[in-house]
Amino acid sequence: MKRRRINVRMPAIGGQGAVTAAHIIATAADHAGYHAVSNPFFGAEKRMAPAESYVRIGIEPIYDRGEVVYPDVIMVFHSQVITMGKSYTMPFYSGIKKDGLIIINAEEDLLTERDKEFLESMNVKVFNFSATKFAIDIAGTELATNMAMIGAFFGITQIAGMDSIEEGIKARFLKKFVASGGTMSLDSAIERKFKKKLELIEKNINTAKAAFELANQWAKEQGIEPWLPKPQEVAAV
Amino acid sequence: MQKTEQVQYNRAGQKIVSPEYLLFEAPRTKHFMTGSEVVKEAVKRSSVDASVSYPITPQSEAAHMIGELWVEGYVGVYFRGESEFGVMSEIAGCAMAGARTITTTSGPGTLRAMENFPMWAGSRLPIQLVLMARGINSPLSIQPDNLEVSFLLDTGCMIWHAETAQELFDMIIAGFVVAEQPDVHVPIITVIDGFFISHTREAVMLPPDDIALPPYNPYKAPMPPIDMEMSPGRFLRDPYVMKSNYISYATHTSWQFEVRAAIERSRPYAKHLLRGLIEEFGDPEGEIVFVASGTAAAQAKEATQILIHEEGIKARVVRLKTLRPFPTQELIQAVQGAKYIFVPEFNVVGWLEREVRRALYGHVDIPVIGSPRVAGGMTMPPEFIVKEILQFLGKEVKHVV
Repeated sequence: MKRRRINVRMPAIGGQGAVTAAHIIATAADHAGYHAVSNPFFGAEKRMAPAESYVRIGIEPIYDRGEVVYPDVIMVFHSQVITMGKSYTMPFYSGIKKDGLIIINAEEDLLTERDKEFLESMNVKVFNFSATKFAIDIAGTELATNMAMIGAFFGITQIAGMDSIEEGIKARFLKKFVASGGTMSLDSAIERKFKKKLELIEKNINTAKAAFELANQWAKEQGIEPWLPKPQEVAAV
Repeated sequence: MQKTEQVQYNRAGQKIVSPEYLLFEAPRTKHFMTGSEVVKEAVKRSSVDASVSYPITPQSEAAHMIGELWVEGYVGVYFRGESEFGVMSEIAGCAMAGARTITTTSGPGTLRAMENFPMWAGSRLPIQLVLMARGINSPLSIQPDNLEVSFLLDTGCMIWHAETAQELFDMIIAGFVVAEQPDVHVPIITVIDGFFISHTREAVMLPPDDIALPPYNPYKAPMPPIDMEMSPGRFLRDPYVMKSNYISYATHTSWQFEVRAAIERSRPYAKHLLRGLIEEFGDPEGEIVFVASGTAAAQAKEATQILIHEEGIKARVVRLKTLRPFPTQELIQAVQGAKYIFVPEFNVVGWLEREVRRALYGHVDIPVIGSPRVAGGMTMPPEFIVKEILQFLGKEVKHVV
């Protein structure tokens, strides 16, 4: 099934980098030739409290703004989104569109039979993997969880390759970028931990790549085709 | 004879170019940035003399980044005021001294500073205020809601409403140019819906940053800078309008008319630099017409596409770029052929619905429906607008699960 637009909702916990992930996904999609817009949830976030961000990617100009109420893709960054209801919408998949996709960062299967029944009735596919484990194993810090989530998103939707993802990550960490005061202090904390910025970028890219490959393999097994026509195909039409 | 070209530079060492070159002709490159970052880019190219700031969500980042421009030498004076009232008073002092000025605020900050806006207009100060609307209390909301625009409509300031970060960039630059025309010379408030623009990252086309607007020339002002004690103003010392006599009443009245007439005189300049006061989008034959501004127009555009492509309903959007001056004639023309006019809004009172009704009354006989309307920070999904239209038309709603 080819779409014209992918709307993504990313429920997470404050401090996990969901806003950064949304910006990197949008930058990567823009690099791949699509129209893309990203934004955070409009409120006051704090560590361990619910935080949410959104990305819209399409083959036509995007006017739509604000929270994604009817998503095609939901990326759950933290198990507490499901287990403790740390989500702006209840249940976390409310509004999911038919034939949608849910990516969950969790070691175990957290969905109830009722959840599964509903999602199956909507033909929604669920990709459950431990993004945090990828981050710890490859980057040596759980702060790279968002990178694994980015990799998984593109691995399954197949709308942009690693070259675009690398571009998105580099644009985020090489350029001066102010998201908020909190993000700035988080940046400096990460930088101290990694000592060198380039090393940080490389570790981030490797984490994204590993998750990309795993998710891409899964998508192929599931028979999932690329979610959007290639930008050059659109231009040809 | 050979013509010598004179190249002039501003204080930051940027080459001075005409507004038309900066806005229309200079080559542009694509950047991916937020609305807050775009404010910095626009101010950077506007030869700004002074800016005063005070933090309030969601405009804090834009104010912060104007401060960075001061550090980098692009803005002459920059400091933090003690409150929004302080900021708007201090920026007025800078403007009276002949400076090109810009400041930013949001929500309750706007109301705290309220007394100053009619003062700016009456003093004929071409100050630019970037308003990142967020709604006003109580209960507390920091999320997008543009109720405060309603309070600003009659302050004597020009008010423009941008839909995207791109438009905000272009409007900030054009805003200075229009506001500083000697026959206009009133404040300009460039509004965006907070968060929807300020915190959203999107592609923006920017001209190079080594070119900038010509500096403001305060000696072209309708009233001399600093020395505001001459007729008809005499704002600073012994203003005769504060005495109760018929001359003072007449002066005050005529000056208020003059400020509003000045806004009307901005039309041709705004029309030129904004490429029209309205934008038409969708099916030109559309029977369902959304009249909207800012993010409400963006959401209506998305809904229009769903209505046309998936529901077979002819729909279109008439987007108002300026609210003061209000594009009355353009609107009357644009809604011809409409069966129903819907006015979607991000506030509880429906200030745009009121404006639209007033503009159309006696000119066209088309029902105006003030809907859909959300407030308090709620988003307005296009699916929600579509549902509203389908229900109104008595059709089946199959979009929203």
